[in-house]
Amino acid sequence: MLAAIGVGSMDDLLVDIPQSLRIKSLQLPAGLSEFETMAQIGSLAARNRVFPDRLTFRGGGVYRRFIPAAVAAVTSKPEFYTAYTPYQPEASQGTLQAIYEFQTLIAELTALDVANASMYDGATALAEAAMMAHIHTGRNEVLVAGYLHPEYMEVLRSFSDGRGIKVRKGTEPNSKTAAVVFQQPDFLGLLVDAAGLTQAAHSVGALAVACVDPISLAVVAPPGEYSADIAAGEGQQLGLSPSYGGPHVGFISCKKELVRRLPGRLVGSSSDAQGRRGFVLTLTAREQHIRRERATSNICTNHSLCALAASVYMTYMGAEGLRQIADVSFKRAHALSERLAALPGWELAFPDRHFLNEFPMRVPKAPAVVRKLARKGILGGLDVHRWFRELKGVLTFTCTEVNDARAIDELVSVLSS
Amino acid sequence: MAERRYTKSHEWLTVEGKSVTVGITDFAQAQLGDVVFLELPSPGRKLATGESFGVVESVKAASDLYAPVAGRVTAVNDKLTAHPELVNTDPYGEGWIVKLELSGEPPSDLLDEADYKKVAEASAN
Repeated sequence: MLAAIGVGSMDDLLVDIPQSLRIKSLQLPAGLSEFETMAQIGSLAARNRVFPDRLTFRGGGVYRRFIPAAVAAVTSKPEFYTAYTPYQPEASQGTLQAIYEFQTLIAELTALDVANASMYDGATALAEAAMMAHIHTGRNEVLVAGYLHPEYMEVLRSFSDGRGIKVRKGTEPNSKTAAVVFQQPDFLGLLVDAAGLTQAAHSVGALAVACVDPISLAVVAPPGEYSADIAAGEGQQLGLSPSYGGPHVGFISCKKELVRRLPGRLVGSSSDAQGRRGFVLTLTAREQHIRRERATSNICTNHSLCALAASVYMTYMGAEGLRQIADVSFKRAHALSERLAALPGWELAFPDRHFLNEFPMRVPKAPAVVRKLARKGILGGLDVHRWFRELKGVLTFTCTEVNDARAIDELVSVLSS
Repeated sequence: MAERRYTKSHEWLTVEGKSVTVGITDFAQAQLGDVVFLELPSPGRKLATGESFGVVESVKAASDLYAPVAGRVTAVNDKLTAHPELVNTDPYGEGWIVKLELSGEPPSDLLDEADYKKVAEASAN
């Protein structure tokens, strides 16, 4: 090949790279066979501590839920199973239709007009939503009300700093505020006054950005119902395993008036030369490859395979199935909260607030409690003091449909002993 | 009818007293192709000469609109919301984009038709 391109040696090819940047030798070990590789990776994997789903009572943004076999049956089809998302309409009608259905499902779930093809995760979806508000209003402040997921907050700050946007915590927007951002339910699991915060945003000409839990929307008001302008969130609960935090899928939806600020890919329904229905990328002039630095975002892709899993999950469950799951999770969490609150020294951290399936408990010696449970094979609550100074001794517990009644008994009995 | 002037960024304008009407040139609309959307400023907004005040989006590009003179936006062409194609079919008439109230004097580097034609020809090559 060197001869074909007219270069004498490897050194000649690399002549533009300074000597100081070159590695003399990589000192790699000898290659391993497939069998040896699997054995080595298997032994590394065995060092992970994996708690059974039913004994996992920790959420904090990522949740154990039952994933029907139908999800993998569809996502593992070779037509879909690729790390690369083909967007060419002439070659990819199936992929584009799957994305279109994802968009439709998310728009319906959030009760907003339009959703995009998906984002990387909940954190980036939320940050992109705030950027939409910044560009739409021409204002430079994002107001974060209440307990937003601390990692989402970090990503929001990363996005904001470079654009000269100030991120402020509080509940009172003013004429400089581009967006009021809130999480419903919040990071601790508590329900917030989403309608009130939305009104407060609108009263000063700011947008309301709701960060929502998709399963919760089966039982609480979706963002469109209280007139929030943009909804964003994490779709992991819709058929994706926790997988150490990813890959997951973010979703974002908005009112029709904001569609040209919507970042990323958007699939539309169209018709071909013979009048047959087909799917194509649409409104691409919003995107960075055309609009350059004026685009809302530099995302020109999506998490298609994960979005497909979410679409299959939502379609398979249906509205009634989602309601049942949300309802069971609600009941289990409330039953657990009563039993935990009866333990000596334990109390609800916010007894006047409502919650769905995740809730904060104030407990004596929180770190010791978590260690004790782990010794018994139970993943206990999340110690949120790590992020919030005022929440010393607060653990958030989560229940979903996978935490059966016996699992709750086991948890309470370990804590009582 | 006041004489039409042009900018190097392919806007046209007519000045009648203090009232300035702004659009994009026939050359610009032809280069852009079918216009599908315009992002327009709110009336009352004050613009400096050369400031970006909106975006014209076609099937193949999105381009900023620049204020050819300093002034306050007095009107935007609402018809373009439902019929952005007017920018293509009648760029110097029904396809006007905004009206401004001129503040100060128009800049001296505005082009007449002959000079703009040279600019357009140079950009086309």
